[in-house]
Amino acid sequence: MSQQKSQRQQQRLAKLLQYALHIVLCAFFIFPLLFMFVSAFKSDEAQLLRDMASLSAFWPSGELSLKNFSQVFERTPFARAFLNSLFTVGMTVVLGIFVNSMMAYALARFHFKGREILLSVVIALIIIPFEAVAVPLLLLANQLPWFDGTLGWLDSYQVQIIPFIANAFSVYLFYQFFIALPKDLEEAALMDGASLWRIYWSILLPLSKPVIATVAVLQFLGRWGDLLWPVMVVRGDTFATLPLAMQTFFGQFPRQWGDVMAFAAMATLPTLLVFLVFQRWFVRSAISSGIKG
Amino acid sequence: MASVTLNNIQKVYEGGVHVIKGVNLKIADGEFMVFVGPSGCGKSTMMRMIAGLETITEGELRIGDRVANDLPPVERKVAMVFQSYALYPHMSVEENMGFGLKINGMSAAEVRAQVGKAAEILQITHLLDRKPKALSGGQRQRVAIGRAIVRKPDVFLFDEPLSNLDAGLRVQMRVELSNLHRELGATMIYVTHDQTEAMTLGDRIAVFNKGYIEQVGAPMEMYAAPDNTFVAAFLGSPKMNLLPCHVSAADDGHLHFHVAEANVLVQPAAGFASFGAKPRKMTLGIRPEAMSWSFQGEGLRATVQIIERLGDVQLIYAQLAGTDSAVCVKVAETGKTCEVGQSIVVSAAPGACYLFNEDGKAG
Repeated sequence: MSQQKSQRQQQRLAKLLQYALHIVLCAFFIFPLLFMFVSAFKSDEAQLLRDMASLSAFWPSGELSLKNFSQVFERTPFARAFLNSLFTVGMTVVLGIFVNSMMAYALARFHFKGREILLSVVIALIIIPFEAVAVPLLLLANQLPWFDGTLGWLDSYQVQIIPFIANAFSVYLFYQFFIALPKDLEEAALMDGASLWRIYWSILLPLSKPVIATVAVLQFLGRWGDLLWPVMVVRGDTFATLPLAMQTFFGQFPRQWGDVMAFAAMATLPTLLVFLVFQRWFVRSAISSGIKG
Repeated sequence: MASVTLNNIQKVYEGGVHVIKGVNLKIADGEFMVFVGPSGCGKSTMMRMIAGLETITEGELRIGDRVANDLPPVERKVAMVFQSYALYPHMSVEENMGFGLKINGMSAAEVRAQVGKAAEILQITHLLDRKPKALSGGQRQRVAIGRAIVRKPDVFLFDEPLSNLDAGLRVQMRVELSNLHRELGATMIYVTHDQTEAMTLGDRIAVFNKGYIEQVGAPMEMYAAPDNTFVAAFLGSPKMNLLPCHVSAADDGHLHFHVAEANVLVQPAAGFASFGAKPRKMTLGIRPEAMSWSFQGEGLRATVQIIERLGDVQLIYAQLAGTDSAVCVKVAETGKTCEVGQSIVVSAAPGACYLFNEDGKAG
């Protein structure tokens, strides 16, 4: 009896520790978000700075209003930057899904000379950080022609979209998914009279929803928050994305943290929305492919 | 409907693996032909070549009067039912069945009509809105067959379609496939490794082994007169007992089959035309159901190893004295049995034995 009791106590303790760990982890992720959203509504800058030294930083205390938000629209080209971000990131994600999945399909199913080498190169590319290729890429982008006859892609949408469409990690995710799909499905479609394009479009893509969601979320997050490349290739407000527009605040003194937080809160909302929309498939894919989200 | 003709078909994979080594076969219009053989014998590869899913290395494939070697699958007018069913998981049953018609330009109304007709034949009308994951194994099988039917192919190809079903459902689907063949009158080619399916379904059977066809014929003809030891052992359950022995003729019109020096089976010589007068090593074939056993008398001495009582019959496995060979005896269940370890005598009904020469060939 006493052995059973001590076993129960041990189990309870283990569960308690498990919950405690979960709570700490949740806090680790939620508190910065909480700080950002709460601070965005604190219109008294002095109060906000005082609160930063205490737990009040996470609590909506003092004067609360939408003043910071209106100042964001007055002092920065937020709307333009938001649309720019939405356009460049949206195009990158959508085109990326097609291009990367098509390449993965070719690697997974077609037998051609150099396939193995190409696959090795794709996998090797995953570990090369963008910072390592940023400068050569900038030099290249500066030399490339465009359809209107101009030379150099700097200060444009295409320079923020095209270099990021092909993504080695996305190709790898799609490849892993395609090689695990039973070939019978494609062969059945072939017997039904489907062309390779039709098989890709009507059979493979609809079945790839979990991978598409994963690729979409990862690509979206990567591009939405990227500052390095826009800093290198964009001058002025016309093609500036949100991270670049946010830099407006950091050249000004005194720094208005309330405005910064209001800007950041508005810039964060789409990423949360994207994650919520794709969450179901994203989690399923992360579990099934063993890839950590 | 169409006939299928295979002229010296060969398949060599990259790396020189020779899978099909020259197959010649004519499958008549409306015939139900079964390709049967053990795993790796090439039967599925042969079917995939007919389907157009594998290239033909050498030889000529004719479907009807057209040479089909280089035709894409859809132009061969064949439909295939896969072992895994291969239903598109994201489509409903109706969409699965109509997919081929839709992408080949048929109007939505026509597709619906064709699918409805096939669904009626297969009694799956009530399942049309469901997704494959909401179907049982048997229902999925019907949908897969339905998908083939709606295309009205000249030739149906079935690649081990029943192997994922449980035993009861397999028997039921076997009957339904037979009925379907009768109803449609179409040419059907069916691949299986299960000799029971082959015997019950086929108008004719082609027994494959190591890339060759060993024998082609009607099921009962092949059962009664196998060309060689491979076919003899493959058709029939339990398989035929094949006993290496030394055969000699006696003056009294009998043959003596020495399975061991002091273990001899005596049979009238009349049924063994293949034996020349000269004593020699041969293989004696006796079907389990043609054997009987007793505790004493004439026959081969053996020791009982395993007894399987199946309700209607008993299978007695016994090791022949003086040899490593074992025999299986299949007798009706009468209540009488022996025990493991007991010595018994097994004998064969006169005229029920087969004799194969040193190459394993009959005659």
